[in-house]
Parts: sequence; structure tokens; C-alpha cells
Amino acid sequence: MAMTDPLLPPEFSDLEPFAREWCLASEPERYAKRLASTMDEMQAFYDALFPRAEEAIAYCEKFPLYDLPDNVLRLLQLLYSLIMVSFPVEIWRQPYLPDTGTASFELEEEPVP
Amino acid sequence: MKRYEKPPEGSWTQHYPELGTGPVSYESSISPEFHELEREAIFKRAWLNVGRVEQLRRNGSYFTKELAVANTSLIIVRGMDGEIRAFHNVCRHRGNKLVWTDHPREETSGTCRQFRCKYHGWRYDLDGRCSYVQQEGEFFGLDKADYGLVPVHCDVWSGFVFVNLAEEPSQTLTEFLGPMISAIDYPFHNMTERFYYRGDIRSNWKVFLDAFQEFYHAPILHGRQNPVMAKPEYQQAGFSALYFQIDGPHRVGSTTTGPSWLLPPECLNPIERAMRSGLFGPWDAADIGTEEALPGINPGKKKGWGLDSFQIFPNFAFIIWERGWYLTYHYWPTAHNRLLFEANLYFVPARNARERLAHELAAATIKEYALQDCGTLEATQMGLESRAISTFPLGDQEILCRHLNKVVNDWVDEYQRSREEA
Repeated sequence: MAMTDPLLPPEFSDLEPFAREWCLASEPERYAKRLASTMDEMQAFYDALFPRAEEAIAYCEKFPLYDLPDNVLRLLQLLYSLIMVSFPVEIWRQPYLPDTGTASFELEEEPVP
Repeated sequence: MKRYEKPPEGSWTQHYPELGTGPVSYESSISPEFHELEREAIFKRAWLNVGRVEQLRRNGSYFTKELAVANTSLIIVRGMDGEIRAFHNVCRHRGNKLVWTDHPREETSGTCRQFRCKYHGWRYDLDGRCSYVQQEGEFFGLDKADYGLVPVHCDVWSGFVFVNLAEEPSQTLTEFLGPMISAIDYPFHNMTERFYYRGDIRSNWKVFLDAFQEFYHAPILHGRQNPVMAKPEYQQAGFSALYFQIDGPHRVGSTTTGPSWLLPPECLNPIERAMRSGLFGPWDAADIGTEEALPGINPGKKKGWGLDSFQIFPNFAFIIWERGWYLTYHYWPTAHNRLLFEANLYFVPARNARERLAHELAAATIKEYALQDCGTLEATQMGLESRAISTFPLGDQEILCRHLNKVVNDWVDEYQRSREEA
């Protein structure tokens, strides 16, 4: 296996395989990723991160929010993605919301980070 | 769910006898002809909220607002003197749209010292004066002073920027907002962390708005999303608001919101416990910069108060939450059976990742709920358009829907009368 630079802080190295997929900077990217993923993929990501969520939040919280080191920013983005997949995983059991037809409701502006 | 005390008349609706209690018609939501009247009678005469002062931070900051309902685009700008003004976004020379970027139909924003038309280079100061005409000597007796941008009435309340497209508005903004809204003194300006959503939805603006001014539907339409609402006893009990009030064309409904953080784990989605947040926003109250009682908020002075949903006629609403944040909704018709729906969530800026994540979950949850409403209201529009049914019963929890229906009809009637008299 080729060595690649770690994306996350070393304490969270077990989550590296998910980081390549789910460290996404904006909500539209995360929402598109959700719709393009299978339930198995999202369940695996959820199962890996959810038990470590509190530890990851506490880790991110130690750094100034508006000046996060890159690997901490990616850990925060991973937590945003956990929120995104929580709806299909915890509630809908499918990537799309039921009964929403072709309705669209897009996030046009969001806080950074 | 508790049943909250109602006015002595026995119901909120009967407390306002002018509303009546009979079934109502939604012809006004399916008729293209009515919509044409509504555009003139309401959207070209009422004060319309187009944004907030935080979108115009510096002198020279501007944004454009597309108002399909009035067939126009506006420029809202903070001039070099700090004053906020609004103009029709049209060059005085040959009518080109003055300010746009890349796509002429899309909104834009930025900061500048003057506006310059892309077509022939005419320029305008930020107070609207025409400052430069390309090859001015080629024109015939042209005085630049006669060619300023066409102004639109513009005023600000509590940081909300309103415009009025009438030549002479019949009321000032303060008169229009009336005592109930004017009484509100809330630190909106401290809540500058913003999530802005937009959706193109195939339903009449009022049909859509109605779903956001009653909570009667919440245990049913949104039942699956929330373990509390999914409980059979909750579904059976339904929903009861704490308080309703009507003031002129405007209205408010107040409800409890939980509190979520006191619920047993089986009543919450796991992510809500992990992030200490959810539909009702972050569980931990924000420091909103004031310890004082908030004038105008919780107007019924009810115990257990959780939110106020203020509905400003015609198409603007803001919800103020007990935990110290607010959101706004705008319902912009683009046709008699289509609207642009905007939702903005505003928080005190997060101080750390934990607070930011609580905001993220609140914003993501709103999107899930709104999408359910979007789908369903397209279905409602279809049902109404079948004209299989002509009148519909409204319950007491739907008093605000009844009121909007009446006010819209009243404004259109009054407009038609004034035209006949003229």
C-alpha cells in the first residue's frame, strides 16, 4: 500500500480511510455525497465515527475555531459529515428523504469553517 | 401534550370575530388572475423585507434583489454617507440591467464606489446620481441631473431592510409594522453567523407559508423524524399552541419547545445527544449580549415559552427561540403556483468547534424538515388545483392561516374598489 500523508490528527488515525471520502468543506458537497452513497457506506462511516464523536469534538474544541490547523479542520469536517449521514442512518434508512419528490432546498451561504 | 388555556370566547379564532369560523376558499392560491391582482394590490404596496444591514457592512456595500413578483430587480446599497438606499436596477440610458455578475438573472453583491453600466459605460454614484455619460456631447440637451437611478422607498427596522414599491406608500414602515412588531427590541445584530437556504417550489406562496405558520401538522408530517413526535400518545394528542395574537395584517404564534435536554434518551435521535442540538436549536443558551427582559418577545407572557413565530405581512417571518437564536423565512412568488423560498438561520458566532457543531445540526435539521414540507406542499397545490373541492375547514390551531387568507382578500378587494372609484 502506498504511503500517503495522514489527513487527521494521529489520535484519529483509525478514521483515515473515511477521511479521504468524507472530509468535505461545504454542505452542498456533503449533501451530494450522502445522496451518492449507499446505506452500507454511510452506516460503516457512522459506526466508526459516532462512538468517537465526543472525543473528536473535545479535540477540535482545544483549538481556536477560526484558525484551525489543517488536520483539525478536517476532523471538524468529518463531524459535519457525521451530522449529514445521521439523518439517513438514524431516521430514514435511505439516502433520500421520503416524499420529497423533486423539491430542492439548497444551502447558498454557510459559516466558515 | 398539554392543552393550553384559550381566550374567554372559547377559542383563539372567536377572540377575533372578524375572522369567522366557516370553511375558507383557496381560489386565491390557484387562480392566475388573482395572482396578477395580488402582485399589484399587495406586493407593490406593502413594505417588503429584502435583507439585513449586516449584508451592507461598509459604505459602498451593495446587494441586488430579484423581485419576480414585481417584475423588477433592486439594488440595495449603503452610500458613502452611510445611508441605505434602494433603486431599480436599471440603467437610465437604454434600460440595461445595471448591476449583475456573470448571469443576468442571478443576484449579486459586493462593494464599490460607483455603479458602471456594462453596456455603454454610464456611471452612477451610490446615492443614485448619474455621474458620467459616455460621449456626453453626442446627446441632445441631456442634463445628467435628470438621469439618476429610479429610487425605491427604503427604510430599516431593527436591522431589517424594507422596501416599498409604491410611488407614495400609504403608510410609513413604522405605521405598517404596527404596535405588536414595533414593540420588539431584540439583539438581532449580535447574531451574525448565518446559514442561508433557498428552494424553488411548485406551490402558491400562501399555501407554502401556511405550513410554516401552523404547527398542527408537525406531529404527523414530521412524526417520523422526531422520536417524541413519533410516540403514539403524542400523535394522538396533537399540537396546541401557547398563544396567538393578531395585529393588523401581522400575526404571531408562541409555543413551547421542549425542553429537549430534559427528555429521556429514547425520545431523542442519537446525534442530538452527541451534539446537544436539534430542531429547536442548540440546547445550551447563547450569550446574546443582554441580561435584560426582551421587550415584545413572548407577547402573551406565557410560562414555558419556547419560541415566537412572528409573521409580517405579506411574505416575511422570523422565529425567535428561547435559547438565543433566530431564523427568517421569505416567500417570494414567481408565479401563481410557484415560489422562491428563503430560510436564514442566525446565531451568535460560535466561539469553538462544539458550538459550531450545535449550529450545524440545527441547520441540517431545518433542511430535513423543510424538504418534507416542500414535497407535501407541491402535493397540496395539485389537490387545490383540481378544484374538486371549493372550501376547506380550518381548526383553531390554524387561526393564522385563516387570518392570512382574509388579509390577502381584504387587500385585493380594497385595491379593486380604489381602482373602480378612480
